[in-house]
Amino acid sequence: MKPPQFDYAAPATLPEALALLAHPDGDARPLAGGQSLMPVLAFRLASPRLLVDLRRIEGMDRIDIDAQGVRMGAKVRWCDIERDARLRTALPPLAEAIGHVAHYQIRNRGTVGGSLAHADPAAELPGIAVACDATIEVASVRGTRNIAAADFFQGALATALEPDELVTAISFPAWPAGRASAFEELARRHGDFAMAGTAVWFDLDAAGRAHNTHIGVIGASDRPRRLTAAEAKLDGQVVDARSIGEAACAAAGACDPADDLHASAAYRRNLVGVLVERALARALAGTRGGLAAAGSTVNRSGESH
Amino acid sequence: MNAPDTDILPESAAGDTPYIGRPVQRVEDLRLLRGLGRYADDVALPGMLHAAMLRSSVAHARLRGIDATAARAMPGVHAVITAAEIAGAPGRSVPTVPLRLQPLPCLEPYRQPVIVQDRIRHVGEVLAIVVADTLALAEDALEAIELDLETLPAVADWRSSSEDRTLLFDGTTTNCGVTFTAKRGDAAAAFAAAAHVQRERFMVQRQAPVTMEARGVVADWDAANGRLVVYGAAKVPFFNRHASAQMLGMPDSAVDFIEGDTGGSFGARGEFYVEDFLVPFAARHVGRAVKWISDRREDLMTMAQSRECEAEVEMAFAADGTILGVRGTAWCDLGAYPRTNGMIQPRNIPHFLSNTYRIEAVQIDSHVQFTNKGPAGTYRAPGRAETVMFCERLIELGAKAMGLDPVEVRRRNLVTAADMPWHFASVSPSAPESSGLSEADSGDYRASFERCLAEFDWQGKLALQGKVIDGRHHGIGIACFIEGGAAGPRENAKIELARDGSVTLYVGSTSVGQGLETSLGQIAADALGIPMSALTLLHGSTTYLHEGFGSYHSRSTVMGGSAIIDAAGKFKQALREAAATYLECLPEQVVLAGTEARSPRGRSLSFAELAKHETIQVDGTFSNHHHTWAYGAAAAHVAVDARTGHVSLVDYLVVEDVGRAINPLLLRGQLIGGTVQGLGGAFLEEMVYDTEGQMLTGTLADYLLPTAPDFPRLRAVITEDYPSPINPIGAKGAGEGGTIVAPAVIVNAIANALGEYGLNPTSLPLSPSRLWQMVEDARRARATA
Repeated sequence: MKPPQFDYAAPATLPEALALLAHPDGDARPLAGGQSLMPVLAFRLASPRLLVDLRRIEGMDRIDIDAQGVRMGAKVRWCDIERDARLRTALPPLAEAIGHVAHYQIRNRGTVGGSLAHADPAAELPGIAVACDATIEVASVRGTRNIAAADFFQGALATALEPDELVTAISFPAWPAGRASAFEELARRHGDFAMAGTAVWFDLDAAGRAHNTHIGVIGASDRPRRLTAAEAKLDGQVVDARSIGEAACAAAGACDPADDLHASAAYRRNLVGVLVERALARALAGTRGGLAAAGSTVNRSGESH
Repeated sequence: MNAPDTDILPESAAGDTPYIGRPVQRVEDLRLLRGLGRYADDVALPGMLHAAMLRSSVAHARLRGIDATAARAMPGVHAVITAAEIAGAPGRSVPTVPLRLQPLPCLEPYRQPVIVQDRIRHVGEVLAIVVADTLALAEDALEAIELDLETLPAVADWRSSSEDRTLLFDGTTTNCGVTFTAKRGDAAAAFAAAAHVQRERFMVQRQAPVTMEARGVVADWDAANGRLVVYGAAKVPFFNRHASAQMLGMPDSAVDFIEGDTGGSFGARGEFYVEDFLVPFAARHVGRAVKWISDRREDLMTMAQSRECEAEVEMAFAADGTILGVRGTAWCDLGAYPRTNGMIQPRNIPHFLSNTYRIEAVQIDSHVQFTNKGPAGTYRAPGRAETVMFCERLIELGAKAMGLDPVEVRRRNLVTAADMPWHFASVSPSAPESSGLSEADSGDYRASFERCLAEFDWQGKLALQGKVIDGRHHGIGIACFIEGGAAGPRENAKIELARDGSVTLYVGSTSVGQGLETSLGQIAADALGIPMSALTLLHGSTTYLHEGFGSYHSRSTVMGGSAIIDAAGKFKQALREAAATYLECLPEQVVLAGTEARSPRGRSLSFAELAKHETIQVDGTFSNHHHTWAYGAAAAHVAVDARTGHVSLVDYLVVEDVGRAINPLLLRGQLIGGTVQGLGGAFLEEMVYDTEGQMLTGTLADYLLPTAPDFPRLRAVITEDYPSPINPIGAKGAGEGGTIVAPAVIVNAIANALGEYGLNPTSLPLSPSRLWQMVEDARRARATA
């Protein structure tokens, strides 16, 4: 379990790192927390010529929250997200999902950029990114570009990144107070990759109708994705047991999971339906709870739009 | 039982309060928790080189050629060893791994060569060893070795193995190594007289014993004296030393196996593996110390797996619920070779299918089938976890089919004190040293069952049976178990009073992480009447004693402890005799009090003073040709989400009678830990091979072990109602009971929870996906009915 030989560099600045990643043979790989890359190297499934360690580069580990939304540098770790109480209102689906991400030791090292670039179809953050309309910022010696999360993930462990490009940050649009949301997943054990999971959210109008419905799923396809057929069942409808049931049924029908060691495709399809149903019901209940608890919620919600 | 208050090395000598029975905290922990343990990988020797194994990536092939020229030429590579170097000359065969338990002659043709010579029989089998300056260089060189293989069709399951179309061993006519038959009474007559026969087919999955510390061997060759020292021993160092020495053509006395700290065994770690020969061979070959540490993937591929079997069994009932007989057939997929202890699982399945019940007629065949998978051995609760599930499920189903309460049917059939000594079915064939007969020593299995019902509040919880609460189906289940322990033939101990006054105890038992230094220390301190802190306990290594047997079959406390009692008696007699001279009295007048000898006239002499004049060394031994039989019952309350197949364990309780609990804290740990292991087998763990014999579960992300948050609510009750009459302590071996009974309890509880669907779980593991599929199938069947 020793990696094949590689060269190692720990540049102090982003431009230096990008220059190293632009090496003509295209065989340099960035290293941050190492939670995905190191096992790949130990199993000798990859043998890059050069590892570019990002540990000395400053300014990539901040979580910035303002009126525009949430922006997280690529070196933000799971434990940073877990400890940032602001995210509970600034990006509730992420705050809820973070408790499902791996284990204590991994959360101390694993990073946002690493998870996005690795693109495991069952990972939580890529699912939240797609479900919450995030934009992924990438950089190379050729410049920077912003990629919509929906376009970034292209398949299992496949992304829109060019070989010389590095994920530098992810940004999420502002999250209005009062928006209904929930995250649900089921894994074989706590901290395992999900057999399936879902992040749902919608805005309710005064008549109790859903607007702007987003239903994202993980573990149910070769990449994280939104299930627009299910969203359409809820948009413009009064959110109740019937419309939730229809959306859940559509969700199960719209996903295309595969068999693996831990669950059959048929099971996963069923699980997506169950989890979407439960997430929508819980999202709705959360909104009602909020309304009951504070009469001013609706007003505050209006202001923040 | 609530978590007991614990003593940290109480200073009082045994004269006041005996150590036995007290929850003394593990004396090992202070050392281990401070990082001062010495595991195999902590051994670093001058000039030490590192070994890596080239392992087969295919399951079945002829090895036509192997070319290590390029690998040998790589910088830092000292040697590449293949079968040619080990055989020594063309036409000679490499050594094969011996059988330790049940060495039946019919298994000779199937023994495992220490390295592939001409035929690969499983993924992970060793083809070559590279010895290099660093492990990374050794692994680089593995990639440069060229193989010429002719792949053969893989025999990937017991069924294709039993067809014998592809024979795995030249010179044999069948892939069935042996068939064990358990017999008692007249099964045909019992079934002819039955009012009801319950027949089921069961499947248990292949599992891997995963120790926290992977295997490791460090061998040091002393060329000047022709001696080998081998570190990394565990479980059975004396047997392994002998096996390795024989293969190396060296006398046992020129080879030492040293036991360090060991991070777990589960029955598998410390058995003889090919690396126990290959690494010492490599050290002698290169004339340097050589270290090999298994990585997790290697351990998953090569450590003895277990439990894979299928069984078709039936139980005959009289109209009143009396069980008249059991009969049937089991097929065990033992993988590529018979391991040192590989016959235990296939032998235990028929032997103990009657479990704790008074079943007069037994007739079961159990076939040992070889396949192209990792070789199987024992895994804590070998054969027992499987067969107890078969038995307890059949009782549950049979009782319900007859309209009887399964609890009442158990009561009616459980062995009680009045039935003792109870004889289990005899098994044949049996190796000469084992009679094939087993006889329970003492106990009342019904009493333990009743205690479990009461502690669990079975009657109160019955109201929940099959109820749906907040979308979850609730169910309770119960099962009984017996646990054999204290395997013979004997164990040895030595006690020394050294010149500096220190008392040192050496035992042939080994520590595999179970807290042996603590439990044996308690026994020794009581037997010697001195504080535990006045005693040093050393174990396992072949340098301490002329003979030792080790830790398996829940034997180390009973066997090692009884050998200590014998040694302690002799040691005290020797002390009296030595002290009498200096105290000017007769030996029988000397009173030993703590670490002092006193005369009737009030003179006293400390051990330290006595040691200045005389050192003492005594040997003790304990022989045993019978086993101890701990027993008990367990109950579970589950809540099943039928829509996702997710099961939460609401409550779990296990009761075990151990005769005498040396240390209730450690014992409780064994029961709870064993239960978690059993629950892992019921819900999570599965070693998966595909039809080509490829292992698909090569990491701990794929092979799922239970972790701390998975089963938080477990209770254990320890009773001491029936001390064992066959050893001086009265203790019964108890390390496996929790594991044995858990799958049986869980399948019964889940079946009861999902009773409305008529669910009948008979195969493991019960993953959410499989459980949901069973519910779906039941729903569909009902819809079409």
